[in-house]
Amino acid sequence: MEFFVSNQKNVVNVEDVKKIARLSRLHVEDTELQSLADDLSGILGWIEQLNEVDVDNVKPMTSAVAMKSPMRKDVVSDGGKRDQILKNAPKEDDGFFVVPRSVE
Amino acid sequence: MTDLTKYTLDEALKGMKRGDFTSVELTQAHINACENATELNAFVTTSFEQALEEAKNSDLRRAKGEIGIIEGAPLGVKDLFCTDGVKTTAGSNILDQFEPTYESSVTANMNSQGMVMLGKLNLDEFAMGSSNETSAYGPVINPWKKEENLVPGGSSGGSAAAVAADLCLGATATDTGGSIRQPASFTGTVGIKPTYGRCSRWGTVAFASSLDQAGPIAKTVKDAAILLQSMAGYDEKDSTSLNVAVPDWRASCGKSIKGQRIGIPKEYMIEGMPDDIKILWDKGIEWLEDSGAEIVPISLPHTKYALPAYYVVAPAEASSNLARYDGMRYGLRTNGSDLNDTYARTRTEGFGDEVKRRIMIGTYVLSAGYYDAYYLRAQKVRARIVEDFENAWHKCDTILTPTAPSAPFALGRKVVDPVEMYLNDIFTVTTNLAGLPGISIPAGLNADGLPLGLQIIGKALDEDTVFATASALESAAAFNSKPAKWWIK
Repeated sequence: MEFFVSNQKNVVNVEDVKKIARLSRLHVEDTELQSLADDLSGILGWIEQLNEVDVDNVKPMTSAVAMKSPMRKDVVSDGGKRDQILKNAPKEDDGFFVVPRSVE
Repeated sequence: MTDLTKYTLDEALKGMKRGDFTSVELTQAHINACENATELNAFVTTSFEQALEEAKNSDLRRAKGEIGIIEGAPLGVKDLFCTDGVKTTAGSNILDQFEPTYESSVTANMNSQGMVMLGKLNLDEFAMGSSNETSAYGPVINPWKKEENLVPGGSSGGSAAAVAADLCLGATATDTGGSIRQPASFTGTVGIKPTYGRCSRWGTVAFASSLDQAGPIAKTVKDAAILLQSMAGYDEKDSTSLNVAVPDWRASCGKSIKGQRIGIPKEYMIEGMPDDIKILWDKGIEWLEDSGAEIVPISLPHTKYALPAYYVVAPAEASSNLARYDGMRYGLRTNGSDLNDTYARTRTEGFGDEVKRRIMIGTYVLSAGYYDAYYLRAQKVRARIVEDFENAWHKCDTILTPTAPSAPFALGRKVVDPVEMYLNDIFTVTTNLAGLPGISIPAGLNADGLPLGLQIIGKALDEDTVFATASALESAAAFNSKPAKWWIK
């Protein structure tokens, strides 16, 4: 399957990986940055073959089946499930989620 | 007594109807089989006590004449479907302790049709993988074996292995790029991904929402029809659920395919495909011709671009769907120095490498400056792929292809380039992008005695013809090989 194999290009460098990791809320060790940059470059380089396709005047596909978004009445249809919602909380107190301080 | 795990779902349902055995007896036989097969690692969680309780209730219902489509049948559920009160992990550490307080619509439908659930089946983490090796709960072992252990395919590897090993009569699975059909091909089982929107996505852990679709893995085409019948249906809780009637697919099996036009896409004859698979594909053509179908050469010119388009769209949607795992409301939390550090530590510890890789690709292709170049372009290429199929339907009614470009491969095979693993989905991913139904049926063995599958692709909502064609192919192929039960000591 020769023609599918990725053509390694430096699409992504170490600085890009740091930025993507921050946006993804993932922590990447300094020692892993280069290998991750190589991985992502390989994948993104392979994806670049999409540039060969003529997509002039093509509308982007946003839904697999042609249908209108269904509408519903704007009314309360469910609720009263505080305890169920809190059941899997990593930390809770007195019917509330307990989370790290976000405002100093 | 006869080994009750040897039956197909259809045979078992008939046996219970005749009173040959009860659901409790059938369930106990499968529990025993599961207990003897822990080496396969097919289950993440078992729920045997609950299953026996459900079986008892099913026998009581039967006595009263209340008989659902899958009444009393012991089945497995991929650990991606939320099950009320039974741990649901998605194969990830981040959901290791997650116990839903609600039931997915698909399993709720099955419960109301009489399912007895044996447990939750192993899978690639968040359904991202083609070998079941990315699961946080360890890889699943394919019941089919050479000298070395083989992968069962993925992501629904636990579902496929459990059905192939006779641990359950059938299983639920999901398919985003081939995750039902490729493992079915690797394990000598039948797997169908129906038209996008047939099965509700509500309560199923999301990977890539515009591609994810549930379906069954089963022992036969008829069993797959029975299972899909019990899973499908309109659900107002899923905005992409199709509000259309569910036909009786059980009646589609065995229907004549005389005069049906079957397309053979030349682009699926890829370089480097093993000869065994080429030969099997030719045999499939011959079998369908002998069944009265007309074979038509067709072209799907954008096939080559399906996988790269998928690897933009799927990670993009995954990065957005997986943003919810932040350690605040449910799932793992790893405390850090502040809120952002807690987010990052939680996600870094909770997700495996492949999931992180895809989140990062998705984040990259959606980020400012790259959206048009990657995401928008991929969605346009996707429209081209849909167009390919629409053009093909002028010439044919279904399409016959191989399911996967290889037989099951060795567990732990070193994959240097992630793209190499992605190629597993080369023949299956096109139908996810186009939302079409596709079924894999076991059609033969390769030179090593390992199973190989053929795929039938159909028009949107035309599962009827897909089942009829698959059923004709199944009869002609007469595949009745089973793996030796080496795991029973």
